[in-house]
Amino acid sequence: MNAFPILSAIWLAPFVTGLLIMAFVPDTRIQAIKWLSLGASGLSLLLTVWLLAQFDYGRAGQLQFAERFSLVPSLGVEYHLGADGISLLMVVLNSLILFTGVLASWGLKHRGKEFFVLLLLLGGGVFGVFTSFNLYVFFALYEVAVLPMYLLIGIWGTGPKEYSAMKLTLMLMGGSAFLLLGILALYYGSTPHTLDIFELNKAAMAGQFSPGFQKLWFPVLFLGFGVLAALWPLHTWSPDGHASAPTAVSMLHAGVLMKLGAYGCLRVAIFLLPAGAHFWAPLIAVLALVNIVYGSIGAAAQTDLKYVTAYSSVSHMGLVLLGLATLDTLGMNGAVLQMFAHGIMTGTFFALIGMTYGRTHTRLMPKLGGLAQVMPFIAAAYVIAGMAGLGLPGLSSFPAELLVFLGAYFTQDLFFKVVAVIALTSIVFTALYVLRVLQKTFYGPITEPHYKELGDATLVERIPVVILITVMVLVGVYPFPVLRLIDGGLIAVAQTLGSLPR
Amino acid sequence: MTFSTATWIVPLLPLGGFLFNFLFGRGSRRLVPRVALLAVGSALALSLVLAAQVLGDPAPKVDGIPWLSVTNQVFGHFTISVGTLLDPLSAMMLVVVTLVSFLVHLYSLGYMSEDPGLARFFMYLGLFTFSMLGLVVSPNLFQMYIFWELVGLCSYLLIGFYTTKPEANQACKKAFVVNRVGDLGMFLGILFLSYYLGTSDFSAIAAHLGSWPLFGPAWLPLGAVALLLFCGAVGKSAQFPLHVWLPDAMEGPTPVSALIHAATMVAAGVFMVARVYAVFDASLMGSVNAPLVVACVGGFTSLFAATIACTQFDIKRVLAYSTLSQLGYMVMALGAGGLGVTAGAFHLFTHAFFKALLFLGAGSVIHAVHSNDVRAMGGLRRKMPLTGITFLVASLAISGIWPFAGFFSKDMILAALKDAHMTGLYVLAAAVAFLTAFYMFRLYFLTFEGKEPEHGHPHESPWTMTLPLVVLAVLSLGAGFAGLDFGGRSFGSYIRFDRSPTLASDWTRAQGLALAHPKAVGDYRLATALWAAPALPPTAATGLPAPAPATIPPAQESRAFVLDYSVAVPATLLGLAGIFLAFGVYRLKWIDPGRVARALGPVYTTVYNKYYVDEFYRWMMDHVYYVVSGAIAWFDRHVVDGVMNGLALLMQVAGGALRRLQTGRAQAYALAMLGGILILLGALKVFVP
Amino acid sequence: MIPGVGIGHFLVLSAALFSVGLYGVIARRSAVGVLMGLELMFNAANLNLVAFNAYLHSGAMAGQMFTLFTITIAAAEATVGLALVVSIFRARRSVRLEHVDLLKG
Repeated sequence: MNAFPILSAIWLAPFVTGLLIMAFVPDTRIQAIKWLSLGASGLSLLLTVWLLAQFDYGRAGQLQFAERFSLVPSLGVEYHLGADGISLLMVVLNSLILFTGVLASWGLKHRGKEFFVLLLLLGGGVFGVFTSFNLYVFFALYEVAVLPMYLLIGIWGTGPKEYSAMKLTLMLMGGSAFLLLGILALYYGSTPHTLDIFELNKAAMAGQFSPGFQKLWFPVLFLGFGVLAALWPLHTWSPDGHASAPTAVSMLHAGVLMKLGAYGCLRVAIFLLPAGAHFWAPLIAVLALVNIVYGSIGAAAQTDLKYVTAYSSVSHMGLVLLGLATLDTLGMNGAVLQMFAHGIMTGTFFALIGMTYGRTHTRLMPKLGGLAQVMPFIAAAYVIAGMAGLGLPGLSSFPAELLVFLGAYFTQDLFFKVVAVIALTSIVFTALYVLRVLQKTFYGPITEPHYKELGDATLVERIPVVILITVMVLVGVYPFPVLRLIDGGLIAVAQTLGSLPR
Repeated sequence: MTFSTATWIVPLLPLGGFLFNFLFGRGSRRLVPRVALLAVGSALALSLVLAAQVLGDPAPKVDGIPWLSVTNQVFGHFTISVGTLLDPLSAMMLVVVTLVSFLVHLYSLGYMSEDPGLARFFMYLGLFTFSMLGLVVSPNLFQMYIFWELVGLCSYLLIGFYTTKPEANQACKKAFVVNRVGDLGMFLGILFLSYYLGTSDFSAIAAHLGSWPLFGPAWLPLGAVALLLFCGAVGKSAQFPLHVWLPDAMEGPTPVSALIHAATMVAAGVFMVARVYAVFDASLMGSVNAPLVVACVGGFTSLFAATIACTQFDIKRVLAYSTLSQLGYMVMALGAGGLGVTAGAFHLFTHAFFKALLFLGAGSVIHAVHSNDVRAMGGLRRKMPLTGITFLVASLAISGIWPFAGFFSKDMILAALKDAHMTGLYVLAAAVAFLTAFYMFRLYFLTFEGKEPEHGHPHESPWTMTLPLVVLAVLSLGAGFAGLDFGGRSFGSYIRFDRSPTLASDWTRAQGLALAHPKAVGDYRLATALWAAPALPPTAATGLPAPAPATIPPAQESRAFVLDYSVAVPATLLGLAGIFLAFGVYRLKWIDPGRVARALGPVYTTVYNKYYVDEFYRWMMDHVYYVVSGAIAWFDRHVVDGVMNGLALLMQVAGGALRRLQTGRAQAYALAMLGGILILLGALKVFVP
Repeated sequence: MIPGVGIGHFLVLSAALFSVGLYGVIARRSAVGVLMGLELMFNAANLNLVAFNAYLHSGAMAGQMFTLFTITIAAAEATVGLALVVSIFRARRSVRLEHVDLLKG
């Protein structure tokens, strides 16, 4: 505890900066606000890099950089931060997306102060959730991460923004209600009552949660988080929400918040209720399969670029959920890697769509065409992101999808083998809709004469895209180190589930 | 420098060139092509050195580093490696790929000299060369799949190189998606194979195959897995029914057609089947005869495509269908097994040279007359003598006329079919040989002989374009001699398929174990334990009938090319007959081909329209896939989302009803409180003793 | 302590007082009448407090203290209440409660 509280610093940097901006910086000083936001998110990014350097990869399964002190001793409420391999990876993802998201909002004009304040609060909250190991703080910051979304979409969005914002918030709040119930059940189910994730895990391993208890509460928790992870049929906030949200918010939402859901599914539902997970895994696998196939076929019928990306997110998050449902190390490794890969990829997508929309003022594919001639950088980046979307080797999604499919097939269960084979068909459907977007938007002759005057991405716009694509390529070319992180982090989960010996 | 290190470097050279050009090239029209040429040139030099080394020491050399590793209960650590495998087959492919790639790079300097996308073109070429070399040296199926997809990407990018051309955009999308269908099957095959064998290393697959009846589940015979793998080859090597992308791929620049869609990438399917031929061969003991299916698919494709080639007028499309047909030939050879594997690989080797030559020659012609339509050409040999003569050499080679390269490889294929007693396919192959000679010389006579068109001033191409033609012509003339016997060493002594000698007995033992322990079938852990245990007599213990010893057809031997007159003479006569017919029809004009076409009526129309396969797929996409997709989108917006919105509406209605309770009159609230307290008190009275 | 008078007598009186007050609060139409009913209810509670203190914890003073507090608070409350009634009368020319239903849902 003597060491520098680096995890607190990471989440408090944007959070406190946001509060300070709100309190002290007048909204006329928009440049200062932007630079402060960039500085805060940049500080988190730098600290994350430092974290990566300091992290002991040999002990990726243990909690490192732990900070722990009690807040309300009688209720077991503690401020308990720490990072294992999985948390660390998610922190890396969030700091990347937050930093690039701030850059992607550089051109924002309308009510800039409030926007950046909310963005920073949201980003800070997400950091907190990923590193927090007490369910009280976890839940509180989870809400902090979800709530600013309402304002961010409702005020700065496009299209039917109020409807989308309301729908998104209400559905996520509905999920949270389930979560709260589930967390209380865990609290009262454990003796002595505790809210600490690792102590709850010990309670689960010691058999304090009866099978009936687990079967009852697992779906409550899993669905609560599953809403945010776009589990079918609770995904319908996602297309509208993503389509209405401004660029940076779409990036954060699809890039990070959806992962928050999946992370919760893994860290809380599966880790704390292993018998429940075993019982419900087939159902989740079926729902995830629907996600995968339904999302990828449905995407082919969309005409709005953001809707295509939203449905592709539904499909890709299905892979995450399928990987989790296998309850096998291979599949879960794939799931966590897919969270990371999808976050990076979808962040890139939304940044690029934002740039395209900023120039052409439409996202409808029938009105677009031939943009590669006037904006070659955006087109090339979109091709790369699209290739990541269809799981091209050399980009980060491929090892993730590979592991999910392997994991599903390599379980001993014939049911999962069938699911894996069906899920695999999505690689064809995905290729279809991704290439369709590229063809209709960027290739072919220019459809509107005034598109000829449009310019390519500016330097400020290029930086986030280059950062994200670099990460995408690095992880895709050599996933070994990243998987060491995940694999170490998952050992405890696998031992809980009995798929690895203790 | 060891073998392994050098093998790593070969693919990395073009990658380095690509990266340099990508990061520092800045689209320079002078720097980028030079760096690319230098990179692929050094890769060529290194490949030649390696090939020479392999000739001296043909034992396979494997090297690798873990690329992905996950702790797993069943496997301990599940690891996928990337690395290199150097053996005669990969050495041969290394030379073919780097050589053709180098020549195409050189050729493109001239061909693409006026194209604004020159730098982009050379970057794509470099990326492709890297991917193809990575595929060739793959030591396991996963790495092969990785590069398999990457060459697909490069093919996509290069087919769609002219981004403003709608046909090119459509064609590149089609190529990628159709290939994905094949890749789906291949991926499944890899999944099954690596799970049930516990390995995907080429060096280990053969040794593990004997245990298939034990490890593999009863519903999945080995032949089915082999055929799933074959799906990948069907896609990449454009076999029926996934052949539709290759003719459309001709929308790309012509050097690309030569490199990717004739010589190297499309041969990857053949290469892959040859690599894992042990799986196909072992399936002969199971219930699904995979090699027979392979041979039939290949045979059908070769005939099917040859007939279409006879009717087309676009010079590149004729060559594309010819490629389909020749690939079918190779695949058919593989299906024959034994000598067929050598023959398929040998045909791959020779075909790479003469088909690349044909495409580059066609490119030279297109460069000169600015048209693809052979009806707009004629008499070009006098204007472009070098192009004309080299094209003639390649046509003779593909028609299988001695001493050109095609004669040797085609003859070996026919011999392999004869050895395997595949009489029907033998006859078919002979017919295809006739058709090949006919359509190639039809093309030659229409393009290079006869009357010149009135307008236009065609001229010979610059030396950067003609030099590759000459080099390839020399190879088309001489490559076939590699099949001959040089003191006990020949093409067939290096690249050959030898069945594992213990396969049959392993298979029988595994069947016995599977009978005794049905639970072990498909259970990797249990099965491994049983398999590793010393042989036990399971039948005595369980009273089950002993399995019949596995019967397996005798393996053919790989051997050097031996001239078998009973094969060579009819084949050569058929080739000459095809040439003679083309000469009569298109040079001497004995018959008007238009009249023949009219006489054939609907038959001709069907063939001319490529048997309407494209139309069928188009219809399936428009009327099935997009309808389903639209239905799902509708369902999502209206049903799933409708339920959510319905819930919201329900809340509103309930709120509307309940708000009537709020009368706004304080006394009513007080009364309600009173009532509540009374109820609580009553409850207390009733429930609390 | 009055001989012959037990805690029960006080409680019955207090209950009666409370009920009368409650009836007034619920049934009176005039706001002033409702306030008067409220005062009765307060006093019923006060009586209880004092009685319990005297009979159950005769040594302690907490009940008396609470009663004193309540009386003070009730006075303040009556003041505010009457002030509200006056201002309602000024706005609506009526102190009848059925005319004051602005919070109707």
